[in-house]
Amino acid sequence: MPSLPVRSPQELLHPRPAGLYCPAGDFYIDPVQPVARALITHGHADHARAGHGTVWASRQTLDIMAIRYGEDFCQTRIPVEDRVDIAEVRATFTPAGHVLGSMQITVDDGNTAITVSGDYARVDNPACAAFALAPCDVFVTEATFGLPVFNHPSPQSEVEKLLRSVAAQPDRCHLVGAYALGKAQRVIALLRQAGWDRPIYIHGALQRLCDYHIEQGIDLGELRPATVKQGKDAFKGQIILGPPSAFAATWAQRFPDPVICFASGWMQVRARARQRGVELPLILSDHVDWPDLTRTIQDLSPQEVWVTHGREDALVRWCELNQIKARPLRLVGYEEEAD
Amino acid sequence: MQEFAELLEKLAFTPSRNGKIAHLKQAFKTLPDPDRGLALAALTGDLALRNVTPSLLRGLVADETDPELFRLSYDFVGDLAETVALIWPHSTEPEDHSLSEAVEELGKTAKAELPALIMRRLSSMTPTQRYAYLKLATGGLRVGVSARLARTALAQFGSVPVEEIEELWHGLSAPYLPLFQWLEGGDKPVNLAAAPFRPVMLSTPTDLDDLSDHPPVQFVAEWKWDGIRVQATNEGGTRRLYSRTGEDISNAFPDVVDALNFEGTLDGELLIKRGDTVAPFGDLQKRLGRKRVGKAMLDSHPAALRAYDLLLWDGRDMRSQPFDARRAALGDCIAALNDPRIDLSALLSFSTWDDLARLRENPPESVIEGVMIKRRDSAYMAGRKRGNWFKWKRDPMLVDAVLLYAQRGHGKRSGYYSDFTFGVWQEGQLVPVGKAYFGFTDAELKELDRFVRNNTTDRFGPVRAVKPELVVEVAFEGLNASSRHKSGVAMRFPRINRIRTDKPAAEAGTLEELKAFL
Repeated sequence: MPSLPVRSPQELLHPRPAGLYCPAGDFYIDPVQPVARALITHGHADHARAGHGTVWASRQTLDIMAIRYGEDFCQTRIPVEDRVDIAEVRATFTPAGHVLGSMQITVDDGNTAITVSGDYARVDNPACAAFALAPCDVFVTEATFGLPVFNHPSPQSEVEKLLRSVAAQPDRCHLVGAYALGKAQRVIALLRQAGWDRPIYIHGALQRLCDYHIEQGIDLGELRPATVKQGKDAFKGQIILGPPSAFAATWAQRFPDPVICFASGWMQVRARARQRGVELPLILSDHVDWPDLTRTIQDLSPQEVWVTHGREDALVRWCELNQIKARPLRLVGYEEEAD
Repeated sequence: MQEFAELLEKLAFTPSRNGKIAHLKQAFKTLPDPDRGLALAALTGDLALRNVTPSLLRGLVADETDPELFRLSYDFVGDLAETVALIWPHSTEPEDHSLSEAVEELGKTAKAELPALIMRRLSSMTPTQRYAYLKLATGGLRVGVSARLARTALAQFGSVPVEEIEELWHGLSAPYLPLFQWLEGGDKPVNLAAAPFRPVMLSTPTDLDDLSDHPPVQFVAEWKWDGIRVQATNEGGTRRLYSRTGEDISNAFPDVVDALNFEGTLDGELLIKRGDTVAPFGDLQKRLGRKRVGKAMLDSHPAALRAYDLLLWDGRDMRSQPFDARRAALGDCIAALNDPRIDLSALLSFSTWDDLARLRENPPESVIEGVMIKRRDSAYMAGRKRGNWFKWKRDPMLVDAVLLYAQRGHGKRSGYYSDFTFGVWQEGQLVPVGKAYFGFTDAELKELDRFVRNNTTDRFGPVRAVKPELVVEVAFEGLNASSRHKSGVAMRFPRINRIRTDKPAAEAGTLEELKAFL
């Protein structure tokens, strides 16, 4: 059998305007423009877009895309369990611990394995499967919180902070800003774990994704729509979740003197919290913080690290200091703000 | 340190005054002595610690982290103490020291030993504690708590009038043990201050309608000068100049302090006076808030006192005497002082309220902001006691301005655009001239909110730019020249008087018209 020429990692996977492209399988990973063949790591809108031809993703990611974009979001859906062979390469899916259905994708042509992390987190998350290491030669990582100032506290301590504030201010309601996919369900699940058994009120934009999480076996307890007809006083002492964008809408006018909370890894920086007018910052991130990010690289010990989006300069610097070959890919189109 | 750190965090993020007061009361209740008193002093800036400089912090962190990673982090975070607090290596064995331990050792450690001490402490703390510790050590907590707000919280905590705390304040020092003892039901501390502040008497607003219930003959009237109300005191050689809330402002006005050549306490208006001419409030503002005043400033902006009332004189407490008697004594005292830096506020001659109304309409000087009306038989009482002193301010100045930007409010105004920036015309352009967040009714707020939502042209975080179409009538109390504002003017106390949907934006006011108020 003639031996195939050995591909360099760059030949196996490289950035194009539409996203990371693998010629040997003729597919993109998380493309930001419509393409013929796409592998999707997870359902957040900047990674999972509508309009592709064939989409390979976890069953849950495909379901989430259908919920967000409609059943016709692509021509052909192919759910992937653990791995799939596409033309000359094998793609292996490993849980990323970021949101429900999120996967890292390892592309392997028999010579070189490249793991594309998508977005990932290593802290226990009751709303999705736990992260696992996906061994590789090249690790393609995000760096959303790629600065040594990001040391996120434990999610439990942040939820306790919220509950203490609720107890201390019974005449106000707590309005928690949380993104609709992942963060909202995680906050709810953490509240349930911490023993908050009252109904939790949610903005309409969270409803379908919460329902889906419940279908998938995640315990969210009793959820109620935060509708006006309940009257202002009904919300006193209650916890209400909504997407951050709703706080600027007239929706927020229905609540009695709300304490504005925001669940995000960015809340670790005071200026960020103040900029958003947040009264109770909750440092809850669905991304790795600096210690977990650097620990993951050490655990995988890849020959090379490619940084997709976020604070790539600092991470590349850290790799240099630790004698690890690294370079930024400078991919565009991913929102670093959404956490 | 943990409780103090949590308190700082709550105060920093709580926008409303009442919210801050609630957090302070809670802290006074739960923190032990002497920590609560030290926390109070740290917040009000009365805790004098050895100066830990930013360069000392930079030196410490350079030993712990890569300079490039630190630079990138500091760029992102924007605050040195916060960057150091977050980037510092995590402690494996956190130990919590009390605030008093931290204050004591920072106070007594020799300068050469400070870096090692701070390094050791930082390594035993959580990031929130480190932040609080560094803010404490470097001074400048910046969590929006003034001494005045802290005293209000203390008053509510102990259910005592804030005036009583103001009166005692300058005789107290950290950690305020006798104060807290009193507020929790113990004996009231003896006033230890030399030349203490006495609570001032305040007036209530009035108008012609209200006044008609009172016989004019029972009252005197004088001009309401647009300076700052002060209490000037000299007791046994200790001279103090206090603001009406009891802040000691002596340092900023050495020229006035120098003129207090008497034994007693005067109530009056602090003004900038050149010869007989009283300068506008803006000139006085240049002297406020200074720790020291240079000679050039003393020469160009000379301060003076215009006396309104007499509280103490040569060991006699005059406060229980009627106004007429105090005023007669005041006249004699000022005449005897014979110093141009202290003069007497003139009484106005009137026999009917209509007479007074005419005087109010046509004040002889523009720095007069209305008239004060005082009951002849009223004693000098602390606080705002209805029916004794009235202020009848001149009508506010008005300008029609165009709404340009709006920002979302918080608390009860969450979800509403309630902070408005407005502008007037200058050479065919609208220039922003002020910002107002009150003056409107709830119904008007809804209308403004709706306008903002339907006419947004741009967004900058919580701020929206709107189509320059809506005219609002803005009322304000005065206009100062300002080099800090692009328009060159700064309004005092601006508020939205009414919405003028009847007026097209092109017919709104001009900067030239506005500057006529200067």
